[in-house]
Amino acid sequence: MSGRWWRPRDLACALRIRAQEPAVCVAGATDLMAGGWDPAGSYLDLSALAALAGIRETEAGIEIGALVTCTALGRHAVIRARLPLLAQSAAATGSRAIQNRATLGGNVMNASPAADNPPVLLAYGAQVRLASERGLRSLPYEEFHTGYKTTACAADEIVHSFLVPVPDAGSHQYFRKVGTRRAQAISKVTLALAGQAGREGLCVRIGLASVGPVPVLARTAAAVLRAGRTAACTRERLQEALQADIAPQDDIRSTRLYRDRVAFNLLKEALCGFPTWSDAF
Amino acid sequence: MRLRCSVNGRRLAETVCPADRLLDYLRARGCTSVKEGCGEGECGACAVLLNGRLVNSCLVPLAHAEDADVLTVEGLPDDDPLSGHFVFEGGTQCGMCTPGMVLAAHALLAECPRPDRARMQEALAGNLCRCTGFEGIYRAIARAAAP
Amino acid sequence: MNARECPPRKDGYDKVRGRARYVADLGRADVLHACTIRTRLPGGRVAAVHWGPEVAWAEYVVVTGDDIPGRNCVQMITDDQPALVKDRFRHAGEPVVLLAHPDRRALAQAAAAVRIEEEPGAGPVFDIDAALARAADGTVFQEYELRKGDAAKAAAEIEWRGTYVTGAQEHLYIEPQGMVACYQDGTLIIEGSMQCPYYVQAAVAVATGLPAGSVRIRPCATGGAFGGKEEYPSHIAIHAALLALKAPGRSVSLIYDRAEDMAVTPKRHPSRSIVRLGADRHGRLRFMDIDFVIDGGAYVTLSPVVLSRGVIHAAGPYRCPHVRVRGRAVATNHPPFGAFRGFGAPQSIFALECAMDDLARHLGVSPVELRARNLLGDGDVSPAGQRVEGIDMPGILRRALAHSAYDERQKACRAWNAREKRSRRGLGIATFYHGAGFTGNGERHLASRAGLRVRAEGTVEILCSNTEMGQGMQTTLAQIVADALTIPYDWVQVAVADTGDVPNSGPTVASRTCMVVGRILEQAAADVLERLRAQGGLPVPHDPQAFAQGCARFHAACGPLVCMSEYVAPASAWNEATFQGAPYGSFAWACYVAEVEVDLVTYAVTVRDFFALQEVGRIVHPVVAAGQIEGGIAQGIGFALTEKVVFGADGVMANNRVTNYILPTSADLPPIRVVFEQNGQGAGPRGATGIGELPMDGPAPAIVNAINAALGIALSGVPVLPEDVMAAIEGAKGGRHAIAL
Ligand SMILES: Cc1cc2nc3c(=O)[nH]c(=O)nc-3n(C[C@H](O)[C@H](O)[C@H](O)COP(=O)(O)OP(=O)(O)OC[C@H]3O[C@@H](n4cnc5c(N)ncnc54)[C@H](O)[C@@H]3O)c2cc1C
Ligand code: FES
Ligand code: FES
Repeated sequence: MSGRWWRPRDLACALRIRAQEPAVCVAGATDLMAGGWDPAGSYLDLSALAALAGIRETEAGIEIGALVTCTALGRHAVIRARLPLLAQSAAATGSRAIQNRATLGGNVMNASPAADNPPVLLAYGAQVRLASERGLRSLPYEEFHTGYKTTACAADEIVHSFLVPVPDAGSHQYFRKVGTRRAQAISKVTLALAGQAGREGLCVRIGLASVGPVPVLARTAAAVLRAGRTAACTRERLQEALQADIAPQDDIRSTRLYRDRVAFNLLKEALCGFPTWSDAF
Repeated sequence: MRLRCSVNGRRLAETVCPADRLLDYLRARGCTSVKEGCGEGECGACAVLLNGRLVNSCLVPLAHAEDADVLTVEGLPDDDPLSGHFVFEGGTQCGMCTPGMVLAAHALLAECPRPDRARMQEALAGNLCRCTGFEGIYRAIARAAAP
Repeated sequence: MNARECPPRKDGYDKVRGRARYVADLGRADVLHACTIRTRLPGGRVAAVHWGPEVAWAEYVVVTGDDIPGRNCVQMITDDQPALVKDRFRHAGEPVVLLAHPDRRALAQAAAAVRIEEEPGAGPVFDIDAALARAADGTVFQEYELRKGDAAKAAAEIEWRGTYVTGAQEHLYIEPQGMVACYQDGTLIIEGSMQCPYYVQAAVAVATGLPAGSVRIRPCATGGAFGGKEEYPSHIAIHAALLALKAPGRSVSLIYDRAEDMAVTPKRHPSRSIVRLGADRHGRLRFMDIDFVIDGGAYVTLSPVVLSRGVIHAAGPYRCPHVRVRGRAVATNHPPFGAFRGFGAPQSIFALECAMDDLARHLGVSPVELRARNLLGDGDVSPAGQRVEGIDMPGILRRALAHSAYDERQKACRAWNAREKRSRRGLGIATFYHGAGFTGNGERHLASRAGLRVRAEGTVEILCSNTEMGQGMQTTLAQIVADALTIPYDWVQVAVADTGDVPNSGPTVASRTCMVVGRILEQAAADVLERLRAQGGLPVPHDPQAFAQGCARFHAACGPLVCMSEYVAPASAWNEATFQGAPYGSFAWACYVAEVEVDLVTYAVTVRDFFALQEVGRIVHPVVAAGQIEGGIAQGIGFALTEKVVFGADGVMANNRVTNYILPTSADLPPIRVVFEQNGQGAGPRGATGIGELPMDGPAPAIVNAINAALGIALSGVPVLPEDVMAAIEGAKGGRHAIAL
């Protein structure tokens, strides 16, 4: 018994199908087809929706359609200049052949805790926009991942786009993926950091991957850093804070201990970019 | 669905299941240069150019080949210089990665006519080769890139 | 390089054009797809097989252990492994039931409806120490001892004792294994991916009860093998054959998907070595006492020969009066381990070369110096008791260091380490040799035959049973024959290694094709010339045109010309009891230099540069030869740094997906620089020797030695994952963090 394949060109039509049919959304299909693909299933193919394509600069930030591919992100002049971490994370997502197909919407909807772009969206304080027949709603990306492989995207919604505020000039930005090898690797720990030095402490956002069931925004560590290099922010306290934020596990790719250590090492390396922390090593 | 596409310059139109893999479609139509090494996007043996872009055909549903140009090594010209360099410079051994690798190299050269080693390393990272250690492949690409 | 030295690979254009036919490309009409249903427990009994009532079984070809017309075993060194389990079994993943059906989906449904009821056996054992502790009968498959002098009694001023381990390694040839079988008019024809057509023929004949002459094996293009298609293709061929016998006239295609291939096919044997080295104050080796154990898995398969090669290479190319190597292959409940490029030598050489660095540190001399004082030179006697002639290993070491700018780079590493906080650099070396061809009297037992078929127009076909799996044997053998006949390379082709057409020239293993088969073909070529001179009026000397004319005359007068020749074994004296004598026809000798950088933020190791100098007798085809070394080094780098087989609780590879078994990609590999020396003293054609396996031996120890030098730690096992580096650094600093904030 063969399923159905819808490939609407028009958003309203897509949203109607989404509301009525229990079909699986398809964007670049890289995640879907890499495991458990059922050619007899029913699919709502979003790939022809112009409304979900493209990158635009707006007052509030840069708007990125859910269908934008990693290749497009990695090469787009505006992204490279103004959201460089996103260009980096996109270029670190799988191989060329994957990047040519993998979309940003698919990357967050696949909701893998090891995905490479979520830490950057967290560090930049992005908003995710979800569309349904009920309308378009906007949600802070940090509220998007609700549990292991679950998201705030409702059954009748699709990811429409992302709105990413552009960091102030002079802010410090850092991204590093630690994978099982140098390329085409699944992350063992990834850390993205963006922010600037305030009058006292640092005002940063820190996103991490592969250190828990969902992509993590390290709020506790960021709070400690806000105190600046004082007794309230020693190496030990910072490490404790980061450990409170993350919950790494042993799995087939790495160990809890390694992830713990390396997450902290990455944070220290990221902090080296701030003059007051240049001695972090 | 009714699929219209062009494979190696040949226009095809036929009824297919949109969720079937491009990999199987191509192999069933005689393009057996497209190899299945893993079936999950990791090895690049099934790589083809879809509208000029390198993709792993094991991860492309036929619906996404609609109106597309697909190129496999069967569609390269007989005197394709890069292919010749692969033969002479040790770019192929067992040959399983080779068709995908040749296409990945073509995609790279189209984008960057004189790639340095780092650029080649990056561009080929999704095409696993268990035989050559890549040195022969780099030599072949470098020869093709030379004026 | 000129076109005569480097003609185009015979298989080159077919491969770049995608025309080469691999087993999955055969496209036989009316094919039945097949699959295998396996045990899940790591040993036990099959109590019953339950067949789901929802399946119309009559539509399927079904084979169980009861359907085996011949003997239920996969013939190898011993016959302990069943072709299909009927009752007792030893590991998870053993085949019990075979199914075939024209429709893949229907096949999958039926496979899901077969339930094998298993009763667990005694507690399974999954590692070497546990296997040794369980000293019951049958737990040691094979034991060998190499003895020279008396290592047990020898004394030395300085002693080092260390334990070294290597993990399993998966071949991950890019083409998964598969066979297509068809039984028609009393003949079974089997096509597929393999290294050893005559092994397959013999095994299929035994299991099917057919005479060998009715079993015809035709290798397809083989998409990488590296030892992984030496023995396992016999299993798949038997399975496909059993199904084909029950469906006469139909082609049965049994091709594994990647997950099944990785889970059930053999991998490199894990090993554990305890190395005791003794030296005098001047760093001269006094004794070497090595206890080398490999994990054979659940059945014997090839473990004895892997073990013997490991034992012979365990003491390296060093001069030492007292040597003892005790080697054991033990039984565990893993799927059997098997042949993988190097065949035991990479494991034992890893242990020794790391121990040499450890001893050097212990002695307070540099690793280079320690080796320079002990490497075999002309006239020295090897650990196997063989006098070495025409080889100057200290010179090879010296030239490798000079070529690789070792001293300058050593200084640069030191300067880097003094300056940089976030990473450490270091250099490591390994000096080693690798014997080509079967061990000891193996080649004599094989008595390989190969030949030439000469056509009237002067073109020549090589008849041998060796397969092209990427190593370039078609090219190399064609060159050897073209040279021997003084005809153009283009006139020589290699015939398909169809057992119905070619003689048994032995398996395609052990770096033997060029050296042993090449030599036989040289003899056959000499016979061809002799007959053409006698009966075809071929002048001396001749040019290609005269050769063609001679062939035409011969054919007109005498009909087809086929010359077969046989291997003439040198009067080798190899003592199986003491492992003393001449173990191999010849050796290749090498010194490899690795430079690594260890990232202290991520503990990841990057090989920055890899330099390989080797003495190989003679190079036949420079590009093919370089490709063997480059590719082997890449596999060695993976063995050293990323390729970890993770076993599940059932003893089967748990990371059996390409995404979870980490091969080095293009981005992970350093520049690999290859230099050959050619003294013309190999046992093969015009002084060539085998080189296919050599490059697997050096990278792991050179890299681990480099990491240890960079960090001042003492890692002693591979693979070295970043997690291991982290643990070693923290261990060295008493549990403190490597980097202070
Ligand atoms: C070989 C390989 C390597 C990879 N390497 C990496 C890597 O290094 N880093 C990394 O982060 N990821 C990696 N991935 C994962 C994958 O490529 C990404 O997650 C990709 O971004 C998914 O995008 P897609 O468009 O292909 O999604 P699809 O496969 O089409 O969809 C993924 C999921 O998202 C849903 N979905 C997609 N778009 C929408 C939408 N707009 N609205 C609602 N639901 C939607 C789908 O229903 C599905 O559940 C790899 C994958 C493969 C196969
Ligand atoms: S088969 Fe498609 S990437 Fe491996
Ligand atoms: S040539 Fe064999 S995998 Fe590349």
